[in-house]
Amino acid sequence: MVKFIVRRLMLLIPVLIGVSVIAFLMLHLAPGDPAELLAGLEASAEDVAALRTRFGLDKPLFVQYFMFLKGLFDGSLVSLKYEMPAASVIFPRILNTLKLACASIVVAVAVGMIAGIVSAVRRHSLVDYVSTTLALLGVSMPVFWWGLILIMIFSVYLRWLPSGGMGGLRYLVLPAIVLGTASAGVIARMTRSNMMEVLKQDYITAAKAKGLPERLVIYRHALRNALIPTVTVVGLEFGYMLAGAVLTETVFSWPGVGRLIVDSILARDYPMVQASLVLVAGVFVLVNLGVDVLYVFLDPRIRYD
Amino acid sequence: MTKGSAKRPAHATWRRLKKNKIAIAGLFIVALYVACAIFAPHISPHDPTKQSLTNSFLAPSSGHLLGCDEFGRDILSRIIWGARISLLIQVSSVIVALLVGISLGALGGYYGGKLDELIMRFMDILLAFPGMLLALAIVAMLGPSVRNLIVAIGIYSVPQFARITRGAVLAVSANEYVLGAKAIGESDSSVIVRYVLPNALSPIIVQTTLRMATVLLTASGLGFLGLGVQPPNPEWGTMLSSARMYLRSAPHVAIFPGLAIMITVLGFNFLGDGLQDALNPRLKE
Repeated sequence: MVKFIVRRLMLLIPVLIGVSVIAFLMLHLAPGDPAELLAGLEASAEDVAALRTRFGLDKPLFVQYFMFLKGLFDGSLVSLKYEMPAASVIFPRILNTLKLACASIVVAVAVGMIAGIVSAVRRHSLVDYVSTTLALLGVSMPVFWWGLILIMIFSVYLRWLPSGGMGGLRYLVLPAIVLGTASAGVIARMTRSNMMEVLKQDYITAAKAKGLPERLVIYRHALRNALIPTVTVVGLEFGYMLAGAVLTETVFSWPGVGRLIVDSILARDYPMVQASLVLVAGVFVLVNLGVDVLYVFLDPRIRYD
Repeated sequence: MTKGSAKRPAHATWRRLKKNKIAIAGLFIVALYVACAIFAPHISPHDPTKQSLTNSFLAPSSGHLLGCDEFGRDILSRIIWGARISLLIQVSSVIVALLVGISLGALGGYYGGKLDELIMRFMDILLAFPGMLLALAIVAMLGPSVRNLIVAIGIYSVPQFARITRGAVLAVSANEYVLGAKAIGESDSSVIVRYVLPNALSPIIVQTTLRMATVLLTASGLGFLGLGVQPPNPEWGTMLSSARMYLRSAPHVAIFPGLAIMITVLGFNFLGDGLQDALNPRLKE
């Protein structure tokens, strides 16, 4: 097991190097002179020259790359807009996104799993039909529009919940539902098909044949095995939420890392964009690794070599 | 499988697809969407960019079925013309992704070894940017325009096609007819194009349909963020972006473009699910 984790961590190294190279090259692949891009449109020639030396843009490309990597860790990669080390701006934002993602995954798992199990057990019933349709609807809905609709209903007309910002639990309800909806759909579909697959197995027939009550067969024998692949999906969805909450964060003015990336892009704060891309991708691949490890841990049939 | 249907797999697939009501509903939605895109100039009741301050925020009525936006532009006409922009982005970016993704996946799967390793590690790097983040980063780099949006969304869809093609090619390559083609001295490129890829097509077709749905969501999401198609072009996500400000006074401005996105995405998902079942009849219970 330890060997498996170490091997997977080693495999992450080239991926993370690749991610940092892509983030680094962003500024250089963009059309135009990087120093002028950083300085903005109204900058004078002196400003451009000053930025060129400050960011070492006059040095060879690979030297610049190592400066960029070093800057990520020692804080010398500074945001143009906030004039603070990029990493220290990003860190609290990642925590905010984490808070939102945790609440959303709870919503997604609760709704998705129940819907999926009921669908599989009452296959081809009205309940199954309604729940699979709703699941596909959840996957097909543009998150930003779903957010606006919920704001119209619960904030504008009913005035029950705030339409945006961060504060107590009340502020978390709508964003968590919105971010959790698509994942609930994915989890429901996955749980349903896994559960149906498991219900066809011989050991389920055997359990029924020996006279166990249906409930027991479903909850003791089927569910446990059906949930193993679902755990992977839940983990993956959580990873996407951590990093892909941009739209939800925008609709609800939630100060998370996705919103930070978009604001930095709009403000042409390139160092900030580069640093957030590397950190978010880093968190994402680590979450994925965690999911893989958990999967092997839960299903002893899987060999990890 | 009977002899006739083996000769004409497309016919057999169509027969199975026809029986699936949801897939046919999806096909209908997609056809309607494509028709809106093609015939936009003929069917849209008004000029999509013509402003009229007296009509601003007009509620839905018989003259303007879906009402008017903040500049008094007819929302129905903007949605119909929006289909044209969205379809252009979807088709072009999926073609980019298909060309690059299928080539990379086929090369990796067919030759294996170091080349395969290299290609798949590169795909892992692209996949390390979760969700729409890769597309976002590319648009940020190139600047927002329709062309850059197509490039960005195309690149962001490459890994999915590369992985699926590679898997399918790996599965097909071990078959006797491929070994036979190699044995009679066909060149590698002709084996790949004539024998391997046609037999690896079903998962690619399914993925293409489902990807059209994802691409539409991503493109409209970027539009909503202000990083996609720029106003005054009537892209559905871009329309929602400005509608946000008027939720209280004019909710219809936000409701209809979002419905258009949802229905179209649903159509592609219905069709994709249906194709999946129709192309792999054995997978279905």
